[in-house]
Amino acid sequence: MNKLINSPQTLLADALRGVAAAHRELSVDFENRIVFSTASREGRVALVSGGGSGHEPLHSGFVGAGMLDAACAGEIFTSPTPDQILAAATRVDTGSGVLFVVKNYTGDLLNFEMAAELAQEQGIEIATVIVADDVAVEDSTWTAGRRGVGTTLILEKVAGAAAARGWSLEKVHGLAERVAHAGRSMGAALTSCTVPAVGRPSFDLPEGEMELGVGIHGEPGRKRVPVMSAAELSNALVESITTDYNFGGKPVIALLTGLGGTPLIELYAMFAEVSDRLNERNIKVARSLVGDYVTSLDMAGCSLTLVAADDEILDLWDAPVNTPALRWKD
Amino acid sequence: MSDSLTMDAIQQWLHRFALEITTQADWLTELDSAIGDADHGTNMVRGTGAVVAKLNGGATGTVQELLKAVGMTLVSSVGGASGSLYGTFFLEMGRNSPSGEQLNASELEKALRAGVDGVVARGHAAVGDKTMVDALEPAVTALYQSLANGLRLHDSVAAAAAAATTGRDSTEPLVARKGRASYLGERSAGHIDPGAASSAILVAALAATVGEGTAQ
Repeated sequence: MNKLINSPQTLLADALRGVAAAHRELSVDFENRIVFSTASREGRVALVSGGGSGHEPLHSGFVGAGMLDAACAGEIFTSPTPDQILAAATRVDTGSGVLFVVKNYTGDLLNFEMAAELAQEQGIEIATVIVADDVAVEDSTWTAGRRGVGTTLILEKVAGAAAARGWSLEKVHGLAERVAHAGRSMGAALTSCTVPAVGRPSFDLPEGEMELGVGIHGEPGRKRVPVMSAAELSNALVESITTDYNFGGKPVIALLTGLGGTPLIELYAMFAEVSDRLNERNIKVARSLVGDYVTSLDMAGCSLTLVAADDEILDLWDAPVNTPALRWKD
Repeated sequence: MSDSLTMDAIQQWLHRFALEITTQADWLTELDSAIGDADHGTNMVRGTGAVVAKLNGGATGTVQELLKAVGMTLVSSVGGASGSLYGTFFLEMGRNSPSGEQLNASELEKALRAGVDGVVARGHAAVGDKTMVDALEPAVTALYQSLANGLRLHDSVAAAAAAATTGRDSTEPLVARKGRASYLGERSAGHIDPGAASSAILVAALAATVGEGTAQ
């Protein structure tokens, strides 16, 4: 498999150098592998997230004014370590406390939990929100629970706006929990992905087949099915999500993310169908994002996220944001 | 003498663990690509390599300090669930070791038991969930029973290593209930759990180190 890398061992470090070179408004701690925002934090709550690398732009692409204060980058598909997360929390805390945004994977939970214990010992107030929005994980009692995927970025945007408005840690945390509970995702893969250090696809997927309910780490999905058309797949994704969650007439923020190896033209073809499927169900798309936002290296496929919104969430969503991957003004 | 673990022997154990992990890294990664995310070998090589570098950098002091340093090194270098779980294992071993420069058989057993309990508490996994606990739990149980039956330390750790291997193999037909493999549901059956495999290597390295010390 041909890759644009120097070596698998230096890929993360090289990419962080690239982030620093491309985004002078950010500050990169190379030793601890943390991307920091240089936006003012004076006395407000700070947001720290992070996770395994390979999902770019998540999380470093969402660092900046109105969103994350710091993103800790782990090795590819491997969570960051407690000392990294602690270093991030220590630097961004202004005394108002820090919200950890954690995707529900065993490694992330354990490392953020250890980091929270260490930070609290140092007198830093920590609150943690866990995103577990992947409806593909059906049996959440007998598994590690639902994975955290696309809702993460919507939550980071909304909670980041609330922190920027000076909300207390308790209020930002409450809002983040609300968004986490109102979001659902479902994805499908047309190919596996290739972890650079391994050099071959993580699973075999024959021509003409797809994995429905795939995760974002090259782990196979729940079901292997013949490849569907955009119309069929959009129906399957929307059906899985709306069967799981009753949107009850609320408008949604919709995110259709590519997984890293799907052209934008296919994503737009998919989104046209998704939009029709939602219209048929009387679910109004209030805001939408289409593109590569939560990826899985070079995996072909997509993941749909719907978050039930209200006026407050939409107002926070519309607030200005200035990060490498999400940027708008009032 | 042979019925205790000196600082030297603990370091030899860790060196041997690192060496065996490196030798078997491709196999660990292969196991992990079947039911996980194909990085267990790579991550463990990085972590145990960092431990060796730490030891070569002159880690002295007490057993407590040594084990704590090993735990912190693993936590900060492995990443993922494995980093915090292996780290917790050595940190808890250290916290439950006497302040001295060696562990006698009963102290070793208690320290290992505390390590395994720490892993269970941190990861909330039980035997049968298809995790490293499936190798570690029977190993410390076998160690305890062997010592209680009056066996010498080298025979007792050999029994522990055998129990760890059996425990590792017992994960093959299981459906995973914790960790990333659990997302596969029934499809996780038919594969050995990579964490149980690396844990069996850890116990085998201990048995080999103690056995070698006895032979000398």
